[in-house]
Amino acid sequence: MYDAPSLENTLDQKAIKIAATDVQVYYGDTHAIKDVSVQIQDNTVTAFIGPSGCGKSTFLRCLNRMNDTIDICRVEGKILLDNEDIYDPKVDPVQLRAKVGMVFQKPNPFPKSIYDNIAYGPKIHGLARTKAELDEIVEKSLRRGAIWDEVKDRLQSPGTGLSGGQQQRLCIARAIATEPEVLLMDEPCSALDPIATAQVEELIDELRANFSVVIVTHSMQQAARVSQKTAFFHLGNLVEYGDTSQIFTTPVDPRTESYITGRIG
Amino acid sequence: MSVFWLVLIVFAIAAVAYVLSRARAMKSAEGDSRKLHSLPHFYAANGALSAAVPALLVLAIWLLAQPSVINSSVARVIPDHVLEQSGSLDLVMSDVRRVADGLDEAVRQGAMTNAEADDVRAGLTDVRRRLGDVGVALGSDVRPEVLYAAQRYRALNSTGALLRNIVVILIALVGFVLSYSRTHKDFRARNVVEKGIKVLLMAAASLAILTTVGIVLSMLFETVNFFKLHNWRDFFFGTTWAPNFRGDSELSILPLLWGTLYISIIALLVAVPIGLFAAIYLSEYAGPKVRAFAKPLLEILAGIPTIVYGLFALLTVGPLLLNIFGAEGLLGVGWMGGATSVLTAGIVMGIMLIPFVSSLSDDIINSVPQSMRDGSLGLGATKSETIRQVVIPAALPGIVGAILLAASRAIGETMIVVMGAGAIAKFSLNPLETMTTITTRIVSQLTGDGDFSSPETLVAFALGLTLFVLTLGLNVLALYIVRKYREQYE
Ligand SMILES: Nc1ncnc2c1ncn2[C@@H]1O[C@H](COP(=O)(O)OP(=O)(O)O)[C@@H](O)[C@H]1O
Ligand SMILES: [Mg+2]
Repeated sequence: MYDAPSLENTLDQKAIKIAATDVQVYYGDTHAIKDVSVQIQDNTVTAFIGPSGCGKSTFLRCLNRMNDTIDICRVEGKILLDNEDIYDPKVDPVQLRAKVGMVFQKPNPFPKSIYDNIAYGPKIHGLARTKAELDEIVEKSLRRGAIWDEVKDRLQSPGTGLSGGQQQRLCIARAIATEPEVLLMDEPCSALDPIATAQVEELIDELRANFSVVIVTHSMQQAARVSQKTAFFHLGNLVEYGDTSQIFTTPVDPRTESYITGRIG
Repeated sequence: MSVFWLVLIVFAIAAVAYVLSRARAMKSAEGDSRKLHSLPHFYAANGALSAAVPALLVLAIWLLAQPSVINSSVARVIPDHVLEQSGSLDLVMSDVRRVADGLDEAVRQGAMTNAEADDVRAGLTDVRRRLGDVGVALGSDVRPEVLYAAQRYRALNSTGALLRNIVVILIALVGFVLSYSRTHKDFRARNVVEKGIKVLLMAAASLAILTTVGIVLSMLFETVNFFKLHNWRDFFFGTTWAPNFRGDSELSILPLLWGTLYISIIALLVAVPIGLFAAIYLSEYAGPKVRAFAKPLLEILAGIPTIVYGLFALLTVGPLLLNIFGAEGLLGVGWMGGATSVLTAGIVMGIMLIPFVSSLSDDIINSVPQSMRDGSLGLGATKSETIRQVVIPAALPGIVGAILLAASRAIGETMIVVMGAGAIAKFSLNPLETMTTITTRIVSQLTGDGDFSSPETLVAFALGLTLFVLTLGLNVLALYIVRKYREQYE
């Protein structure tokens, strides 16, 4: 059902990228995230699993302060990125989001050319001084997004004209282009067919070399295939967090076991 | 018996049909409504509809057709020499109708009996005086031919009415009897009523379409009449608008079109930026409270009658501009002679269009998917970067459509330009001069006291038709663009 833990999974020696402590999230009066504390490592793929509505997306969106864009949403607690509190009033959420990129459930390319989709972030953040530098960033991002070969001859055609799987890889490339340190992915494969899913999963595994990746997924096979760490959420609580191999073979909490064996979900 | 009573009688028959059909259906099912194919009220409705709908349809057609049938049959009894004397058939016929109405009135007041009215002869009785006594004033003595025609007109009218009443009541009764005899527990009344309702709805829709066609056709006929009297080349390609009553008017649409477009462009220059910014603020920035308060307020602005805007132009904006650009104005430049000008009308019309542009753009901006904004914000773009570079480009086709719709309203707007723009047709680039538009000229050509069949009056129809074609084209283009845009995000 999942890959055997490989030798390189000597996780505990990796640096802590994000440390969340006692995070609470409220939507108006609804208490969506309760007392969640978790430490996310660098150069690791961390999977968030759990039944629908348990708060995976909500917690993910706390990590780049996307919840700020929802009027009724309130976040409490402490989230440190490289030991800096991202909810500190001094922190500019806009700058933060350039460092913590995000890929969404449904591919959402802008109605612009493929080139402009990728160049959008670098242009906004002034990452390129010349057109040549921008070209370079675009090419590099598309290569890292494993889609360069498919689109290199039609960079000026609209991004919305690509297939679903290509669009999602384009969105991943777009997120990479701003040189983030963390990549958040909210069910990035749920709108894709199995072949596109396999391509994106392969890409995620490659991305681990440079980024810390957090992925929300509904598929436990996917979590097992791509992640080294897994967090199981249930009704707004973080029930269990640990090595993926351990979560899937010897879960500690009965709720985790029920979920991965298909009894709740 | 008047039409009112006739309609009441038809309704009464329908009501009876309703009750009886229901009773018969129940009886055929031995009082057990579960044995009926349809619920009892469907049998009742079938009875009522069969009685009323065909009868009322025939009545409507009859009412439309009878006047023209009678007119043409009366026209045939008018001898040619009478036609030659009075110039046109229309004039004679209006005399005839007046005399006939006068006779009706006299009979109604008891000054004549019905038989007298049918028998009076112009030679023997002073018809003019007798009608004058009952309050119907005639311009000249009644000629015997006209009196005869009027009597014929009355006779035909009353036979027509009698025939009509008989036919309509008969049809109602036949409809009732037919539906009553078909009423039985196995009769599929529900399906029949369903079809009947569909036909009714279709009739309403086709009536709306037919009216539009009728309007266009009537404009077209008068336009054709106009082009028989006036050279079409002068109308479309001439450069001067100078109607006079000596018969050598220059009636060219171009100076009017220029005025119309100039004012519309100024209006759009005012309305588009303000309306668009308001829409962006309302849809992207405003909190729910501001939105709940500001949106209806903007929409109230759209409900103000344009005459009020016209007053605003005349009393406020015009004098204000004069205070700045007039001879004794703030700038002391004397560029502006009076309160009416292209700028006055354009600004006020722009104000009128703001809610129009903003509410359309608001809808369009709201239909840009949230995922698009999230994508941009997730890349570290600010809100205004997101709006400028993602939301607006995505919404652009729809916004262009909204602007075209606004333009077509500006082109057709009348009251504001009547009051704010002035009446002189000319080509000029100076927005402080008075100019005039197609719509204002239509008003003034039709409300003047010129002869209705002169080119100076008929030109109004040619202008109106051109305007119609222009705005129709803009609307079609705009709707096409907006629809195209909607499909993109289905
Ligand atoms: N924008 C929102 N406004 C109000 N409630 C929300 C909003 N987004 C999520 N919620 C609520 O928060 C809870 C967690 O939702 P979510 O994080 O989307 O769950 P998941 O991604 O695990 O399916 C759910 O009960 C949901 O109804
Ligand atoms: Mg979710």
